[in-house]
Amino acid sequence: MGTYFVRRLLTAIPTLLAISFVIFAILDLAPGDPTGTLPPQIKMEVREQIRKALGLDEPFHVRYLLWLKQFFINEPLNIIEQVFNVQIGDSSNRLRVTSWSSRGKPVVDLIVERTPQTLWVVGFAYLLSVLIAIPLGVVGAVRQNSIFDQISTVMAVIGYSVPTFFTGLLAIVIFSVHLKWFPSVYNTTLKVTDWASFVAQIKQMIMPVAVLAFFQTAALSRYTRSSVLDNLKQDYVRTAYAKGFREHYVVIRHVLRNSLIPVVTLVALGIPQIFAGAIITEQIFRVNGLGSLLIIAIQSFDIPVVQTTTFIFAVLIVAFNLIADIVYGILDPRITYS
Amino acid sequence: MSVQSGTAPAANIELTRELKKPHRTLWGDAWVQFRRNRLAMFGLIILVLLVLGILLGPIFYRVDPEHIDITQSNLGLTAEHPFGTDDLGRDTLARNLYGGRISLAVGVVAMLIAIFFGTTIGLLSGFFPALDNPLMRFTDMMLALPQLPLLLVIIMLFRDVLRSAFGPEVGIFMLIVFVIGILGWMPTARVVRGSVLSVKKKEFVEAAVNIGVGQSAILRRHILPNVLSPIIVSATLSVASAILTESALSFLGLGFPPDVPTWGRLLFDGKDFLTFTPWVVIWPGLFISLTILSINFMGDGLRDALDPRMRG
Repeated sequence: MGTYFVRRLLTAIPTLLAISFVIFAILDLAPGDPTGTLPPQIKMEVREQIRKALGLDEPFHVRYLLWLKQFFINEPLNIIEQVFNVQIGDSSNRLRVTSWSSRGKPVVDLIVERTPQTLWVVGFAYLLSVLIAIPLGVVGAVRQNSIFDQISTVMAVIGYSVPTFFTGLLAIVIFSVHLKWFPSVYNTTLKVTDWASFVAQIKQMIMPVAVLAFFQTAALSRYTRSSVLDNLKQDYVRTAYAKGFREHYVVIRHVLRNSLIPVVTLVALGIPQIFAGAIITEQIFRVNGLGSLLIIAIQSFDIPVVQTTTFIFAVLIVAFNLIADIVYGILDPRITYS
Repeated sequence: MSVQSGTAPAANIELTRELKKPHRTLWGDAWVQFRRNRLAMFGLIILVLLVLGILLGPIFYRVDPEHIDITQSNLGLTAEHPFGTDDLGRDTLARNLYGGRISLAVGVVAMLIAIFFGTTIGLLSGFFPALDNPLMRFTDMMLALPQLPLLLVIIMLFRDVLRSAFGPEVGIFMLIVFVIGILGWMPTARVVRGSVLSVKKKEFVEAAVNIGVGQSAILRRHILPNVLSPIIVSATLSVASAILTESALSFLGLGFPPDVPTWGRLLFDGKDFLTFTPWVVIWPGLFISLTILSINFMGDGLRDALDPRMRG
């Protein structure tokens, strides 16, 4: 297990390097010029100086290595400094990845600002969908082909076929425009201080959370159902019944423990996906989270922000792949890593 | 052969009697199985209706989707405009029919690209052990790329170049289709590789190797036909995901230009007028959802129908 973990960690590093290279190269090869959006009165010499100040006159590999150094050495050091309130080396002169717009703010600061909103909506939706999907999947499998199973199957296919940007808009039409129950725009400046603001926070969270959770629940409940179905056919279930255990005991104590192993890994693998998927939900309900940061950066050609956020999404994917693998190994003792 | 034909006349009689029955084929069996699946048949019927409507609709419903008539703006359901009109008085039904053509075309062409790369990489990786590890590591890396952010970035960056090279519509179409295809082949490659690995060990492949069939012929004649069913299922589902991706891109304002009304673009344009004209949003959303839903039902049905183990 220990050596497997180390080896798995070591293969994650070249993967991340390859991904960072792909992201950097795509953005670098693309035509376009950060000075292109500046007013036309600015002279060519000044534009040249701006380009030089941004480091664009260096050759490709130098810029890539500098970006890597900033991302893997400078920024982590800054985070450590801020968290533990210590100073490491010459931190005031250390270069940071800064946004080209937003008055040159460090990209990491922008991301730190935007993360809580995303985590609140996305994280809550994901938690909710896990809590709903697992019981739904288990009951659907145990009572296979019952009315309940058939309805939940159809609902699940609808859930992952109807895009969130349609369910979101539909929810706005019904619940904000007609019924006026919930606000259609998510107000991120709202601070929860008393009961009234708490209610307002809950109200504005209901629609985005419900839309995301509906989509996530669909896929997860299908997966849980098929995993439980696989296990119900196993010999150990028959043995348990033969020993005279009741159905709910067999299902909860024997079947559930075994069938949740692949589900747990799927839940881990889904976390980075939902961050990226939340880009759309954030646009619908105007949540100014990580997704909207990326969209605005793309529209305003803010390459450092785009590079960093895209790469952070990639890091999340690789990290949760790793976590899923390791959790699988811990939960399932039958798996041996050789 | 000559030995067999000379013996047992009774067996010959059996054989001729057998031939009178309708000939059963793999695809015939699959169709029988598919027809039994109610949801899959429902999906097939809906999809056929949608495709027919989109392809033949403009022949009967001759309204220009780009015709602007401010005096007819923001209309609900009327006899002249069955689906209503948008803020510029353009006919919603005509725009949906026209947009459907582009959305379906994107889905099919992106699927072809994804399936081509997925099948090629899956076949090579499953058949040649030397290629397996590097190709699968490459697939893993591609899977670890953040799909939606990368799609957005690539389209944003290369949009203007292709637009000036091939014109606004064709350029964007090529870019979107290519990028969706190139970021969508990985699941197919994995499934095909898995099937190739299991088919490769079967006796008939061994027999072909022993009578001296070349490697490329084994791949083409013996392995490819036997991994066709996972490829078909995968192709079906990837049409759905390509349509979904295209509409997501258009919805974020980074797909087709405003004058090309794909379903996603119609949603994007309509979302600001949600309060006055909700139907402008509801129709394209309904069409996207119905298309994806019916394709997904069909994909599930095909998976069961093409799997001989599922046959009762």
